[in-house]
Amino acid sequence: MIQVEHLTKTYNGRVNAVDDLSFTIDKGQIYGFLGPNGAGKSTTMNIITGYISATSGSVTVNGYDVFQNPKAAKRCIGYLPEQPPLYTELTPREYLKIAAGLKGVPKAERKAQIEEIMELTGISGVADRLIRHLSKGYKQRVGLAQAMIGYPEVLILDEPTVGLDPKQIIEMRDLIRSLRDRHTVILSSHILSEVSAVCDTVMIISKGKLVASDTPENLSRRMEEQSVLLLTVRGEQARVAAALDVFKDRAEINYAASEHEENATDVYVESAENTDLREEIFFRLADARLPLLSMNRSEMTLEDVFLELTEDTYSDSSSAAADADAEEYEIEFEDDEETEEEGEEEEEC
Amino acid sequence: MLTIYKKELKQLFTGMIGFIFIAFVLLFAGIYLSANNLRGYYPNVESIFSPVSFIFLLMIPVLTMRSMAEETRQKTDQMLFTAPVSMGEIIMGKFFAMVTVFFVAIAVICTYPLILSQFGKINYIGAYGAILAFFLFGSMLIAVGLFISSLTESQIIAAVVCLGVLLIVYFMSGLVSLLSTSAIAAAVIMTVLVALITLLVKNMTGNAAAAYIAGACLEGALLILLALSPELLKSGLAALLNALAAFDRLNNFAYNGLFDWTAVVYYLSGTGLFCFLAAQALEKRRWN
Repeated sequence: MIQVEHLTKTYNGRVNAVDDLSFTIDKGQIYGFLGPNGAGKSTTMNIITGYISATSGSVTVNGYDVFQNPKAAKRCIGYLPEQPPLYTELTPREYLKIAAGLKGVPKAERKAQIEEIMELTGISGVADRLIRHLSKGYKQRVGLAQAMIGYPEVLILDEPTVGLDPKQIIEMRDLIRSLRDRHTVILSSHILSEVSAVCDTVMIISKGKLVASDTPENLSRRMEEQSVLLLTVRGEQARVAAALDVFKDRAEINYAASEHEENATDVYVESAENTDLREEIFFRLADARLPLLSMNRSEMTLEDVFLELTEDTYSDSSSAAADADAEEYEIEFEDDEETEEEGEEEEEC
Repeated sequence: MLTIYKKELKQLFTGMIGFIFIAFVLLFAGIYLSANNLRGYYPNVESIFSPVSFIFLLMIPVLTMRSMAEETRQKTDQMLFTAPVSMGEIIMGKFFAMVTVFFVAIAVICTYPLILSQFGKINYIGAYGAILAFFLFGSMLIAVGLFISSLTESQIIAAVVCLGVLLIVYFMSGLVSLLSTSAIAAAVIMTVLVALITLLVKNMTGNAAAAYIAGACLEGALLILLALSPELLKSGLAALLNALAAFDRLNNFAYNGLFDWTAVVYYLSGTGLFCFLAAQALEKRRWN
């Protein structure tokens, strides 16, 4: 469907907004672009839809090269940019008529299609109000309607739920899920829960590079395979460290004073794939008479995966000390996971 | 292209711009008609077109400033550029919409000879020939305005630059007469022009080497011409600048009763050139 090969976009000969990006989009799935702000998601989407050009590399949509045969390629795509390109002095109905004309929808079908799409996106009620007077949620839906005109094979949505209230976000997500039958959808977001809820495949992009591409479950599992253990041990950090230091050659161990238990130490143990140190650690601590209060296999959620992978690209040029810092940060983060997500939801209101 | 044409037309008439343009053109034309023909008893309608073309200085920037600049600022150009339409179609749609607005005014002006025919014998061919030239001239200026609008994001800048360009063109024949009469002066002026062209080429293509080489070649040719035939240089510069004096070409139609085909070709090719340049300006933005 969409083939992106070695796509690079350089600004001013220095900054690589997109750096040797290659991926394939197959039919009938919902793909998610995940990445921090400035990672290059919007730039990539703009290049695929033909809004800007690439410094090198190629993009083919349904076999049509976007740079050589732009008209044919664009006909297969519907695009909702980060800022919906709305003509504010028109009504949604007039605006969609223009979209239909631009996309080349045959005249006879235009009216029916516009009505149908307005029904699908839920804007039938405001079809004759000036776009200028619509709320953000409705404006976003008009933008989505514009992308859907002509029922293109591929829908590319850039941050479709930004600025919507929680109810509208749920509605938008249901709507996107319902598009799965007729369209292939690519959406970009930095809201991790959304991507893991809606998408079949997640592509993590950081600093213009594709860092990972897999289903949300596989990505979590992939990180799990690194065998991360979280322990809480009653005892001073020095004693715990002395007991567990013997594992230092097989695993990376970090210690911190426990926040939840008195007089206890939190231990973060990251060992290589498929090494299960749980029994050995248990016996070791028992021998040293250090009570093991809890031991958990860390379930890495998509957030952790995301942070881990994007931290990696940032720390490429920095020292190991920075890596250690990152991991300590992650220990805190896992505890605060739930509150962080709630915080995100609140921001959207 | 039809979609864009209809959308532009709707926008021009929903906002005030279309109506303002038509109103002021007709106001000016009406004033001159009344003064020259109705009160002055002068049978030639065409004589009004030369002075009336002055109104273009103000109205063309007003009409064209919004055409591309607003799209760029509101980012609605994202919708146009990601749709399966070519840059040429976008430009032509906008161009024809503005020409249609102008045509409404022309349609009213077309009744003037008929009005005058009530009072005596009218040279219809001369009158309608002049109206045609006026229409083509206005269309060319619309193309120029559209090009200028496609270069910028700000409507105000587009309007001011357009006004400036049209002013220079309007006064061009006067400026030419102010030019010093020595060949050296002509050479100096042309050198400045060559420098400007070099800068422009460098900016637009980003290829400094090519720009400097082209500049050097032009300068070399200039110096050779100065050495070999200074007279040619003097008259050459005057001819070059006179070629830009677009407003004066209406004089043949207005005052001399001639149907100047060279002017028609000039207007048509000028229109084509600036529409092409406007499309290129859009393409360039994409490739940046």
